[in-house]
Amino acid sequence: MEDWRDKQELVVMEGRIKVPYRWSAGEVGTRYLESLRDEKRFLGTKCGECGKVYHVPRRNCPHCFAECSQWVELGSTGILETYTVVRRQHPQLAPLPLPYGYGVIKLEGADTGFLHLLYEFEEGGLAPGMRVEAVFADQREGNILDVRYFRPAKGVS
Amino acid sequence: MTKQRSSRPDVNGKELINEAVRMALDDAGMTRKDIDAVVIGNMDHFEGINYVDTWSVDGSGALMKPIMKLTTGGTTGSTIAMAAYYHVASGLFDRVLAIGWEKNSESDTTGAIITAFDPFWDRPIFAGAVAGLALEATQYMHLTGATEEDAAYVAVRERKHALNNPYAHLHMNLTIEDVMKSPYLSWPVKMGDMCPRTDGACALVFASEDVAEDFPQKPAWFLGVANRHLWAYTSDPYVNQAIENGWWFPAMEWSAKELYDKVGITDPLEQIDVAELYLPYSFAGLRYMESLGFCGRGEGPALVRSGAFDMGGKCPVNPSGGVMSSNAIGATGLIRVAECVWQIQGRAGDRQVPEVKVALATGFGGCFWSDIMLLGADKPEKVRG
Repeated sequence: MEDWRDKQELVVMEGRIKVPYRWSAGEVGTRYLESLRDEKRFLGTKCGECGKVYHVPRRNCPHCFAECSQWVELGSTGILETYTVVRRQHPQLAPLPLPYGYGVIKLEGADTGFLHLLYEFEEGGLAPGMRVEAVFADQREGNILDVRYFRPAKGVS
Repeated sequence: MTKQRSSRPDVNGKELINEAVRMALDDAGMTRKDIDAVVIGNMDHFEGINYVDTWSVDGSGALMKPIMKLTTGGTTGSTIAMAAYYHVASGLFDRVLAIGWEKNSESDTTGAIITAFDPFWDRPIFAGAVAGLALEATQYMHLTGATEEDAAYVAVRERKHALNNPYAHLHMNLTIEDVMKSPYLSWPVKMGDMCPRTDGACALVFASEDVAEDFPQKPAWFLGVANRHLWAYTSDPYVNQAIENGWWFPAMEWSAKELYDKVGITDPLEQIDVAELYLPYSFAGLRYMESLGFCGRGEGPALVRSGAFDMGGKCPVNPSGGVMSSNAIGATGLIRVAECVWQIQGRAGDRQVPEVKVALATGFGGCFWSDIMLLGADKPEKVRG
């Protein structure tokens, strides 16, 4: 017996959800990003109770629940704690040409690590514990990619 | 709770949450260490952050604690309250922090709300909340003869009440004429009939009966809760699940009936001293009074215009100014509960209703989802689900 389904493919409707957002960095995030953009300086915040220095900065210490009200200037080099090297590119996410890396970096003077890109490294040239340095963008806009990436620190092992 | 404002660019979401949490902990004489579990909620698409439970731990105090996130649309805040109540009423937790928040300024609320609806049958036709509510308003006017002026009375009342509330977003001294002259958004709903979009957060401490009397403030007791929902398609709440079955707003009517039966409410107008209702627009302040049993079908407008729900009336509705004065969506339902708590504790400031023994809080939204709760000054004889 003839069935309508023999002639008709099941309907699949394509769609795309596009919602505009305007996220506030807040006062703490804004001060940090301004310093990065205007002075190429990394700032952290220090917990008033346990003294832990957070980078990127946090307003509240999640452990003590105290305010991190003190600003601390940090170095632009740090220790690479862990990393990966990206070998396949998502078509819509291309911060750098392949192969690039990303990792968790603990900046000099900070007690916490943060996530950033890794580039300008030799094949097999990355390792946990190595020192890396920030390379700033020439045109800086007040976001975390004002630092283009981190690379193995020159002249330091 | 934080002061409700149109925009809070000075803080990010987790910092906004933290403001409310600090206020709640300070008020309860607690520190982060005393929290046994956290229930948090918002609408994912309003901020575009899908793991708010973990993302917000700096602010919420939930680091390394049991936490669950809830998202049920407009009812998010009331669902948070009910879930926090279940946590402590079950006996599993003693001190649970309930947090509702939203930064509506960060997205296109109407654009985000469309993600709640069926992609095949509803999304191509309409978006947002206004048009859906307008269908309800048209039907209500057709069934009862209620007028746009009746609805405007509610809009004016809510905004007048908000003048007494320092936390409210809108402080507007309006007249019925002002509302009637405001532009139509989707007939018969006008700008003056609708709630605003708000940034704000609210946090409440829920305690088990074992520890509830150990806090500096006297407790407001949950007498009982109920909820219902029914929407699969936009045609359901108005027609398919309602009128065809002899109901007008079955989700609210059924949950009200269940709750009143459990608690022993036979005459809501006499037995309930104050109500903080999720009225997202003015027509709700007519129709929902009927669905909540304050009067019979079609009798809402006359009872509303008699002043029964004004300050000084028999059962003041929304002394806070309600949702039409502040709507940080994920916080809104929880704020209804917080306002009832302050009313019962006698701490509602210029919006205090005298001698509140029983208070009604509702949540509405998530496509006609209906949450309803009764709180009281006196400890109930038993825990009611």
